[in-house]
Amino acid sequence: MINITIEDRQGHRQPVEIPEDISLSLMEVLKASDHNILATCGGMALCATCHVQVVEGSEQYFHATDAELDLLDTLPDAGHDSRLACQLRINEDMDGMVFRIKGEE
Amino acid sequence: MELITTDICIIGAGPVGLFAVFEAGLLKMRCHLIDVLPQVGGQLSEIYPQKPIYDIPGFPTINAQQLVDGLMEQIEPFKPTFSLGERVNELQQLEDGSFITQTSDGTQIHSKVVVIAGGLGCFEPRKPAIDNLEEFEGKGVAYMVKNPEAYRGRKVVLAGGGDSALDWTIFLADIAEEVTLIHRGDTFRGAPDSADKVFELAKEGRINLILQAHIKAINGNGHLQQVEIIGRDNETSVIKADNLIPLFGLTPKLGPIADWGLNVDKSAIMVDTVDYSTNVPGVYAIGDINIYPGKLKLILCGFHEAALMAQSAFKLVYPDQKLSFKYTTVYGVTAF
Repeated sequence: MINITIEDRQGHRQPVEIPEDISLSLMEVLKASDHNILATCGGMALCATCHVQVVEGSEQYFHATDAELDLLDTLPDAGHDSRLACQLRINEDMDGMVFRIKGEE
Repeated sequence: MELITTDICIIGAGPVGLFAVFEAGLLKMRCHLIDVLPQVGGQLSEIYPQKPIYDIPGFPTINAQQLVDGLMEQIEPFKPTFSLGERVNELQQLEDGSFITQTSDGTQIHSKVVVIAGGLGCFEPRKPAIDNLEEFEGKGVAYMVKNPEAYRGRKVVLAGGGDSALDWTIFLADIAEEVTLIHRGDTFRGAPDSADKVFELAKEGRINLILQAHIKAINGNGHLQQVEIIGRDNETSVIKADNLIPLFGLTPKLGPIADWGLNVDKSAIMVDTVDYSTNVPGVYAIGDINIYPGKLKLILCGFHEAALMAQSAFKLVYPDQKLSFKYTTVYGVTAF
């Protein structure tokens, strides 16, 4: 199992357990585990409603891809540790990571 | 003002809206479609025309634009009419239960049934989280530059880091009395030429460039007067401003549809899966814009929803007729 922690907009933390062999994005996992995100565009890096902040995790996950940066750069509240959950594939080395939900409700 | 009379007014000309014309046509119901985009196809044409789609039954792979072209050919016998490049603004229900749908261009569509096939919704300017921002909309705050001359001799604050923020900063530098650009980062991803030009203007003292900062609050007395910003060292400063133009791109929203009295959950319209009707009799919602238990945002699910919607809509369009279900393999497709 991959264990990650999700912090909601109010600062409450909740653990999420994900099977290793799952082929989903973090956005899909968040939706499946009933976290309050819109994910309007369904994973096409268009709406930024799955905006998350990497709180803890290995260095590589702090760097957004070009597709994300195009959008993140237009967000008023994005930081250097911002990612779009729809562009983050669940991977074993995500174990122990902490994400904060930022996208609009 | 143009008035169009039809049986079904379809809002959204994406794949599901287009296929609804076919299902309605089989039951002798005419359709008029409205879309905010200047062409049909919705996301497929606008966002990923060349992307292959793998889950359309009977097509192991089909390019998005090909699917749209195929749908247009398929619905041609039913002579749909279109208002493209127009956004729906208002929906009014008349005493006899029929509807008047009005667009941003003043086009009015009179129909017995309204079908919302709006997909992601319409793209609206993304607003930064500032408490009283909306209070100053039209009173100094605007999300796009409609008439640059309106800023002549004024103190203008722009916020954002994309191309439009850069371009308007450069343009307004020659018009406004004072231009300030606030950006949360310290580099720009917009066109390098524009970014260079902005740094140059800042060096020359023709604009104020404030990097690694964001807007905390805005104040004014009936009209915007001040913008409060938080800088890189967490220090607050106040800038005098007549105008604030936040340019943070576009985000999909339900738009005016949200005010039509429909039950909405998470920006999607709640429907009854018996016929994809909403809580307003005569108004249906199909495709990505609706929500129900088990909803999957797939084109093929939208097609199914269109078929069931049409069977239900028939009872409203032809209340005195009996509906008998017919297979196209037996009866073919009878053009209008």
